[in-house]
Amino acid sequence: MNTVKTEPVQALQKRTQHRAPHLKLDISKLVLHLVLIIVSTIMIAPFLWMVFSGLKDISQIFIVPPTLFPHPWYWENIHRSLTAMPFDKAYFNSAYISVSIVIGQLLTCSMAAYAFAKINFPMRNLLFIVFLSMLMVPEQVTIVPLYIILKNLGWLDTHLSLIVPDSLFSAFGVFLLRQFFLGIPRDLSESAYVDGANMWTIYWRIMIPLVKPALAALAIIAFLGTWNNFFRPVIFLSTTDNYTVPLMLSTFKGLYVTDWTLMMSGSTIAVLPVLLVYLLLQRYIIEGITMTGIKG
Amino acid sequence: MNPKRSNAIWGFVFIAPQLIGLLAFSLIPLIAAFVLSTLDWDGFGAAAFIGIDNFTYAFKNPDFQKAMTNTLYFSVLTVPMGIFLSLLTAVALNNVRMRVVYRLFFFMPVVTSSVAVAIVWMWLLNGDFGIINVLLKLTFGIQGPQWLTDLHLVLPSLAIVSIWKGIGFNMVLFLAGLQGISKDYYEASMIDGATKNQQFWRITLPLLSPTTLFVTIIAVIDSFKVFDTAFVMTSGGPAKASYTMVYHLYELAFKNFQFGKSSAAAVVLFVIILFFTLLQTHLSRKWVHYAD
Repeated sequence: MNTVKTEPVQALQKRTQHRAPHLKLDISKLVLHLVLIIVSTIMIAPFLWMVFSGLKDISQIFIVPPTLFPHPWYWENIHRSLTAMPFDKAYFNSAYISVSIVIGQLLTCSMAAYAFAKINFPMRNLLFIVFLSMLMVPEQVTIVPLYIILKNLGWLDTHLSLIVPDSLFSAFGVFLLRQFFLGIPRDLSESAYVDGANMWTIYWRIMIPLVKPALAALAIIAFLGTWNNFFRPVIFLSTTDNYTVPLMLSTFKGLYVTDWTLMMSGSTIAVLPVLLVYLLLQRYIIEGITMTGIKG
Repeated sequence: MNPKRSNAIWGFVFIAPQLIGLLAFSLIPLIAAFVLSTLDWDGFGAAAFIGIDNFTYAFKNPDFQKAMTNTLYFSVLTVPMGIFLSLLTAVALNNVRMRVVYRLFFFMPVVTSSVAVAIVWMWLLNGDFGIINVLLKLTFGIQGPQWLTDLHLVLPSLAIVSIWKGIGFNMVLFLAGLQGISKDYYEASMIDGATKNQQFWRITLPLLSPTTLFVTIIAVIDSFKVFDTAFVMTSGGPAKASYTMVYHLYELAFKNFQFGKSSAAAVVLFVIILFFTLLQTHLSRKWVHYAD
């Protein structure tokens, strides 16, 4: 009988003891969430303002006080932007340039990384140090000689000027993948070697499937980096039909700088598909970038 | 065939594509940049060797000086503030529910094209009709400044855009660093009666220092490479008030076709960036606390 009576009292004491700090914690958490919501709003407000301004009539965007939503929604802007500049063409260009570079980098970087990690060949360490030192060279420093080389190859104003250099060289990609190959135990390739497999078979059939997460991270970084790159396209390309999306958008801005509705709908067109992909793959994208510490 | 020779052949076959790329598109261009910096060359006619004249010219050139001071100022404006805000948000997000949702929002500008970001912020910061000045007027009755056409405000304005765009990137690196700190330290210190405040200054910050150093150096280097926003938003103006180092070397090479002078500016930029990269290696040996 005694236990029956005392147990609820103890339980009550326990609960009250626990509830007081719990409630206090909740308030501080609530404030924290409130602050985070406000800051998050600041982070996404420019995107929302871009989308809504892009769907307003020119008279609507000068209304004071401003309205968030367009009234009425002016969907024609999308059509106007698309006809003002060949964005579809730019999309196609950006897409195939970026995909080519991603495929190229995955192949060439993984090959070189495999060799640096698993094959014993002369001058291996020296060559790897040379690759590593190239991480310290920003593209802005070598842009003039690169321009002259591409000019002599006759590649200026063609997509080769963007695809070939990036597909064939990424010190970062080699470095990243090498780290992953180093983590694969030796026995695995040695037993395959004993079974009569050659280097290529070992690389392609055994090693590549084992570094898939690293390949995915490299693919994401390479894709974002080339898709958003502005510096090289603005220097290498000169014909509108060859433009990538950022370059097209910059030119578009130069032509319609006073027509804010058109500029915002153009920006929306340029940004929205990438953001949709980002929303779908955000975990992989953020983790890939965190893993490597590179923005692309 | 003996295995040693076979290894040598396979090794070079595997690195061949990247080795060609390294030579043709990176190492030779780097050496060429140094060679070009000693030449007087417009890219078409004959080139003349002029020694260090391009460098002496650069340091006397008001455009170069302007580009240099602007870039340094931009660095000072963006790096400390950017690091502080991203560290703050990372700490705030570290043990919060729905972290993934907040992270999603903070990271959005990172994946967005810098050109689109520049154009959207041109609209937000527009002196007459931009939403920022309109809201300043409506809520506080203040007449907002001409953010992008004022000589003194243009770089701080570009700095705001840059911090907004980069905060998510630095934040996820800090978050990864925070997740890497063992819970044991916090539990042990809690038993010893440490306050949250003490835990932050005595445990979190020291153990986060490798990440902080890495993020800082990356941010410094990035700030020296600023180009896209200045090019799109202000064209380096007004009156070269937002003219940066990369803008300078771009203009010398691809507007004036002074390849030699441009390369001299590029070499200076390279030396600065190299300095910070080597500083990182040095400091990480000396100062940084590693957990193990």
